[in-house]
Amino acid sequence: MSIRLENIQKHFGRSQALTPTNLHIDNGELIGLLGPSGSGKTTLLRIIAGLESPDAEVGPRILFGERDVTRVHVRDRRIGFVFQHYALFRHMSVFDNVAFGLTVLPRRSRPSSGEIRAQVYRLLEMVQLEHLAARYPAQLSGGQQQRVSLARALALKPEVLLLDEPFGALDAKVRQDLRRWLRHLHDELGFTSVFVTHDQEEALELSDRVVVMSNGRIEQVDTPDQLYRNPANRFVFEFLGDVNHMEGEVREGVLTCGDAKLHVELPEGHQEILLRPHEVTLSTSADEIAHLPAIVTSVVPVGAEIRVELTAEWMDQPWLATVRHQEASTLGLSRGKKVYARPLSWHHYPQGTSAAAQGAAQPA
Amino acid sequence: MSALSFRLPWQSQQRVLPGFGLSLGISLTFVSLVLLLPLTGLVGELKGMSLSQYWAIITEPRVVASYVTTISGAAVAAVINAAFGLLLAWVLVRYDFPGKRLLDALMDLPFALPTAVAGITLATLYSSNGWMGQLLEPLGWKVSYSWVGIALAMAFTSIPFVVRTVQPVLEDLPAEVDEAAMALGARDGVAFRRVILPHLWPALVTGTGLAFVRSLGEFGAVIFIAGNMPYETEITSLMIFVKLQEYDYAGASAIASIVLAVSLLLLLAINLWQGRFIRRLHGGR
Repeated sequence: MSIRLENIQKHFGRSQALTPTNLHIDNGELIGLLGPSGSGKTTLLRIIAGLESPDAEVGPRILFGERDVTRVHVRDRRIGFVFQHYALFRHMSVFDNVAFGLTVLPRRSRPSSGEIRAQVYRLLEMVQLEHLAARYPAQLSGGQQQRVSLARALALKPEVLLLDEPFGALDAKVRQDLRRWLRHLHDELGFTSVFVTHDQEEALELSDRVVVMSNGRIEQVDTPDQLYRNPANRFVFEFLGDVNHMEGEVREGVLTCGDAKLHVELPEGHQEILLRPHEVTLSTSADEIAHLPAIVTSVVPVGAEIRVELTAEWMDQPWLATVRHQEASTLGLSRGKKVYARPLSWHHYPQGTSAAAQGAAQPA
Repeated sequence: MSALSFRLPWQSQQRVLPGFGLSLGISLTFVSLVLLLPLTGLVGELKGMSLSQYWAIITEPRVVASYVTTISGAAVAAVINAAFGLLLAWVLVRYDFPGKRLLDALMDLPFALPTAVAGITLATLYSSNGWMGQLLEPLGWKVSYSWVGIALAMAFTSIPFVVRTVQPVLEDLPAEVDEAAMALGARDGVAFRRVILPHLWPALVTGTGLAFVRSLGEFGAVIFIAGNMPYETEITSLMIFVKLQEYDYAGASAIASIVLAVSLLLLLAINLWQGRFIRRLHGGR
């Protein structure tokens, strides 16, 4: 079922949690709401669910397909909701938890107890927990509890599934498994899903489209690929990965910062450029394009690459560079070694605009 | 050989936190002096008495009537407190309103207030020419000098037990749990009955039980409002007091031993029952 949000705004007392927001989600999409804490992503999700109500004065509208649910109570919206801390009913067995939604249906639409039983076991089978039906939540691991909570949310066959940081409280391995498994379930059952996360890797891996939010505003809505390649603004760029900064005065096409110099095609004056760790290469000598001396402070192998941390007086914060193992051994990288950084390309966001400029520093 | 060597369990490992022996010793001494010694003294008073004498004292009609008055008063008070204590705890935990801190502090007043003060206040308020008494008497509701007054005084002194046992458990119940129930389509009443109440049940029963036990022994607050008419509005604590005034220490001890036994049994039962519930909520079977 498609979801359309129009003029959704929310104040808590005097603080504004969401500026007026519009968003359209297609039928069957898996959408990630990504942002730092306080960005309004959870508020937006809870408004979609009906657990919070949007400010009435700006004329908010929430449509599920053709159905206007703006004033519909959460219990009548027919959504499934999964909470970060599972919110299982601790005094009920796993079976009773999953059956809850079915047993509280009005009597005339409630299935018989035999049907409920069959349906609950079908759901438990789907989350691979049928052998634990008689257990209590406190006897399960976090990952199992979250699966129970998913089965419970899916019991009423909702067309919209909303998940609030569903994997946030789990450890890395379990999180990885559950992500894959949620994607699979989503594709198989064909509901529309919206999940909240502050983990950019999770958002990029799982979503069809990602909604990046900050300060109660949507910064960009795009596919993970587009988001990473064409961030709409500096916030999105910085939020989606590690970033190195260089800030200084540009004069006659040279950006100078302390004893660091870099040829750039930027207007005169104070400028800042940003680059990702993989856009930095290291060498033992400077060239005519870049003179960026730095000291290696740590060398950490991370999978197929080596992550090198660099410091220098001209840097506000240490730089990160990723290099290949072979390159690292050719350069003889070790802590305390003096090297020269060379940007392969860089990004520039003029102050106060969202337009992005990119430059490539190829040797002349 | 080693199997025979005597070793106390706490000597088997080095403790990081110092002072275990000393603090446990002082605690036990204190418990013995303050709790166990008087209790032993009470039982000691009974030793000069034969079983038939004991039985005669505790089944004296006037005393039996006082049991009925006390237990029914305490039961009514406990039920009232269960309902209003739950409501008060709910209001204090779930809502924010001006004066919430004040109301919260007020809950402890019955603990802090001397019970005699409470008794005099209630008696003044509900006597035939008191503020409330004047209003209720024409309606045919006689509060003071009747069991209603006794229940009222008992409810007054024991309400904190329910509020203070339910409150932390309710705070521990995340609001997400009600939200989950509602997202699954549960009506408010159903969510309360099937999700919230079962969670609070152990604390509510414990609090109500404690309130009941406390009411059984209440003296100061009750005697001023009860009227103390033999066979009608005399409570068991008063019977003990009456025996003491007659210098009948053995008789007083005999009745006191009944109150003590009932209280201890109830406390024990509550603890056992509650332990079972809590084990389930926290995992182990």
